[in-house]
Amino acid sequence: MNAFAAKLRLYSPLIKSLQTGLLIFTGMAGYMSARCPIFNLSTMAGLLVSLFASISGSTILNMWWDRDIDARMSRTRNRPLAAEKINPREALFVGLALSGLGVGLAFAMHPLYGLIIFAGLFFDVVVYSIWLKRRTCWSILWGGISGAMPILAGRALALEGIDWIGIMLSLGVLFWIPTHTLTYSMKFSDDYKAACVPTFVSTYGLNFTRTVIAISSILAALAMGASAWGIGMAWGFLRLLGVLSAGLLMLAITTTFKPSERVNFGLFKYASLYMLAAMILVVIEAL
Amino acid sequence: MKMTPLDRLLLLATGILAAYQVAIGIDRFSTLPIIVYTISFGVLLVAGLLLIILGFEVLDSPVVVIVSTIIPLSLSLGLVWQHLASLRGLYLTFSIIGFLAIIVTRSIPMKSKLPTIVLAFVHGIAGMTIFLLPIALSLQGAMKPLFSLVGVGGALIGIGGLLLSFLKAGKPILSRETILKVLPGLLLLMTICFVAGFKFG
Repeated sequence: MNAFAAKLRLYSPLIKSLQTGLLIFTGMAGYMSARCPIFNLSTMAGLLVSLFASISGSTILNMWWDRDIDARMSRTRNRPLAAEKINPREALFVGLALSGLGVGLAFAMHPLYGLIIFAGLFFDVVVYSIWLKRRTCWSILWGGISGAMPILAGRALALEGIDWIGIMLSLGVLFWIPTHTLTYSMKFSDDYKAACVPTFVSTYGLNFTRTVIAISSILAALAMGASAWGIGMAWGFLRLLGVLSAGLLMLAITTTFKPSERVNFGLFKYASLYMLAAMILVVIEAL
Repeated sequence: MKMTPLDRLLLLATGILAAYQVAIGIDRFSTLPIIVYTISFGVLLVAGLLLIILGFEVLDSPVVVIVSTIIPLSLSLGLVWQHLASLRGLYLTFSIIGFLAIIVTRSIPMKSKLPTIVLAFVHGIAGMTIFLLPIALSLQGAMKPLFSLVGVGGALIGIGGLLLSFLKAGKPILSRETILKVLPGLLLLMTICFVAGFKFG
């Protein structure tokens, strides 16, 4: 039992619990946004397990593939695979097993839901990590598309189809991701340079990166606003979303025209809070 | 000065209350009060979040003087618009001119006392309006007694706004440490008064 607990403690950083938790929450919010009967225990449990398994599985597979890069970056060199605390073969097996469980369960629940979950996993592991991450800074676009899949999948499961609101919700997440990841890559640009991973900062410079962040923040706010309106969100909640979006835009503009590391990291943190708050509003609206 | 976990908790509670007010607490009002109350509580919400994320150092930004003016000006404009119909145009003009005057006097370097005078004048009028109007309305019976809580909130925001503004203007009334120590609690107490006053008044 102790050995199992110790193993779980080792695997816990491999699934990036905060990021995985936020993505699962977007999936739940996407499902609930359709205002379908949400108190169906088996469906909710299936949604939770399939999202958790597929997102955790793909994150472990990413870490398995990128363990050599992680070992070269000071920020990530203590991750269990990079620090050789976990056998890579074992991690690969666990990653594949979790991914298989997640995708399999998703297909069993609904073919379209399974297809979107599989697409998210494929874009994240194969296109983003294995194919593009070491070649081009534009790989984050595919990482973003992958991150936008849970919310689209959740809504598609509820509706048994894809509608414009689902696409806008996923665009909201897609455009939010550069705000999140680019500010992070700016803060740790030396790390990425040491690991020879191309980033927007190393390819196009700081000014261009900041402009991309500002534009993507505006687009994220517009997409979230449009989808909230499409869902039929109450006027008061729309006002609140507008206020939070204004804060995001203000920080994005500040980091463009009066850049500093502090504001940059503030934007990174605020962007996470913004997405969490937007998802909470979608969930509350559906209850 | 480092922010303590208690400070963060108090600021989070302030943010949640301000979010409640934006989303639910002002729904029954007419258009302009909804807009100005959304601005005031929205600024309070975003400011609370930024304080949690960036710490008290965010108060060193020159924008703080302008931001700390938006809250009392918009709140007082909402109150005047709702309860003193005959003064709507006049107070709207005062709010716009006062806000612009603060932006201009804070943006252009000046050696005279004009920026401080403008700041004290605008804050003073807005603060007294939020403090006195709800209490007067409650005493007259035009509003329920608990509406006077908005006035108590007005007194607190007046104190907080003046402390921050004069600190930023380089003429602190209290030491920076003392202001930062009481600020999260003051913000929460003020927001509780506003939310309760609007809800039960």
